[in-house]
Amino acid sequence: MNDMPLLQVQDLVKHYRLPRERLLAPAPRVRAVQGLSFTLQAGRSLGVVGESGSGKSTLARLVMALEPPTSGQVRLDGQDLNTLPPAALRAAREKLQMVFQDPYGSLDPRRTILQTVSEPLRVLHGATPADQRERAAEALHAVGLGAEALAKYPHEFSGGQRQRIAIARALITRPKLIVADEPVSALDVSVQAQVLNLMQDLQGQFGLALLFISHDLAVVDMVCDEVIVLYQGRIVERGAPDTLFQRAAHPYTRALLQAVPRLQPGAARTRRAAALPAAISAAPTEGCAFAPRCAFATARCRAERPLLRELAASGAGAHAAACHVAETVAALPGGEA
Amino acid sequence: MSALLEVTDLRVTLQTARGPADALRAVSFAVQRGDTVGLIGESGCGKSITALALMGLLPDGATVGGSIRFAGQELTALGEDALCALRGARIGMIFQEPMTALNPLHTIGRQIAEPLRLHKGLSPATARAEALRLLQRVQLPDAAKRLDAYPHQMSGGQRQRVVIAIALACGPDLLIADEPTTALDVTIQREVLDLIAELVAEDGMGLLLISHDLGVMAETVQRMLVMYGGTVVESGPTAEVFRHLAHPYTRGLFAARPRLGMARGTRLATIPGRVPELADLPVGCPFAERCAWVADACRRALPAPAVVGPQHQARCIRLDALKS
Repeated sequence: MNDMPLLQVQDLVKHYRLPRERLLAPAPRVRAVQGLSFTLQAGRSLGVVGESGSGKSTLARLVMALEPPTSGQVRLDGQDLNTLPPAALRAAREKLQMVFQDPYGSLDPRRTILQTVSEPLRVLHGATPADQRERAAEALHAVGLGAEALAKYPHEFSGGQRQRIAIARALITRPKLIVADEPVSALDVSVQAQVLNLMQDLQGQFGLALLFISHDLAVVDMVCDEVIVLYQGRIVERGAPDTLFQRAAHPYTRALLQAVPRLQPGAARTRRAAALPAAISAAPTEGCAFAPRCAFATARCRAERPLLRELAASGAGAHAAACHVAETVAALPGGEA
Repeated sequence: MSALLEVTDLRVTLQTARGPADALRAVSFAVQRGDTVGLIGESGCGKSITALALMGLLPDGATVGGSIRFAGQELTALGEDALCALRGARIGMIFQEPMTALNPLHTIGRQIAEPLRLHKGLSPATARAEALRLLQRVQLPDAAKRLDAYPHQMSGGQRQRVVIAIALACGPDLLIADEPTTALDVTIQREVLDLIAELVAEDGMGLLLISHDLGVMAETVQRMLVMYGGTVVESGPTAEVFRHLAHPYTRGLFAARPRLGMARGTRLATIPGRVPELADLPVGCPFAERCAWVADACRRALPAPAVVGPQHQARCIRLDALKS
């Protein structure tokens, strides 16, 4: 039993149907997630990196069982969330909390912060009002807000403060797994640092596992034990942050790394030439989805989709990439900051 | 030669539910033609209020003191009509959120043509031709087809290009960009920042870039102003500010930023406490409550700018203590 991962995602696929464009035409589909498999052990943190449209947020919603996958499984403690009866799913949800991306949409404008933050306690644990108040104040303090916030409403807070409240709400039940979808991208740098430290503290204290979705590579580097890079619904690279960021083996990971602003005045001018061609919305159906933007693409890349494969140089299970020329790319100099 | 934009001792007081709040005090800076100046700070520091004050778009009940001179004209004394003639014509603005800055009901072409028709009185046909030229200038692929597209048919990066095209339509002297890339992916952010930098250099306009991201500042602006608690706490050439980190707040901001290559489990340095609420700003240094170098004198009055180096100043009376 000890080896059973807390979270096991197997061949996960999610297609969305778009409205029909014409009466008799088949409804077009968006392939948001196209076969993801990974595991997350209790107490570990997995970073999910990618740009908008890569399927990060869809993955978060599937892991939270907020919507059913088209195919594939999400197992939490060995239980397939999508086959559980409603009561069991409700019980399983105790172990899951989520921090959403949009601090404006994720708080109810008609509820006080006390009501919002303590709601998970009320729903899942039936805590006394005094207890709720105390725990809510504690959670708020942990995210850098004072107890005077309890009686206020969301509109009285800035976007950054609202996101801190949303994080307090997720932390309050001390769940086993927190799915955090861009949890700190709306926060100010100094507050972001407090929250990142806090999330790491809580992880150590309570053995929290973290599925950490972010576009910010530096944040993921700091928080996560392992990182997967998504591109158009597929994993293009997986590995420990050090490996991934120093010997990036997928051209897309490299492009992401190069786009991160550096703390060196004037650094931009030298990189202008290396700019990535614009995203192509109609991805090729066969071949590598990244090929149209890739500087390394060959005829093989356009004909045959590369599968995620282990790279021998980094040791077994340590580093995998979905690229035909991964070894060449990994050997290039200057992947990291 | 007088500066394109010269802000002197700007003070803005907002009416809030908790009484009047000094959103800005003693803010002074200048932007020359061809200058790129960055305004960096966290939410609630007053950077967006500064932009709104420059545009004359402050909320009702706000009172403005001090002076904002734009091309020799005193903006604080101008009436709404005169401001309307400036906004969108000589001062262009790029907003943070390309999803909401555009009107979903109008085509891209019509929205770019609007300032041209309003300010320059162009005919519909000429304005449309000019809109096409602008779309090509912001490097939107398939510009001719996009003229009749609606905002929802475009991606975030494309929409931000459209917003830039609108801001540039009348050839402004000053471009104010308020967090122009915050809502965009990193690879798109890179492209949009490069585009803004290129256009600013080509047209020789002044750029005031507002951002919370030190990396964006480092790569895009020549001079930067660090704002905290409604005032500019440090200002200077970007390279100098990065080298000296003179003000304790600037230092804190740098230390708090996660960087690639940090070991897993590294604790980021944090700035203790939290950003003061604008209604509760102390009379002294706004950073005093969170500062490790604080002395009694810091709390008595807002420190005057002290010289750190050529054109480099910090509002701190403890600079000597910080150096050791």
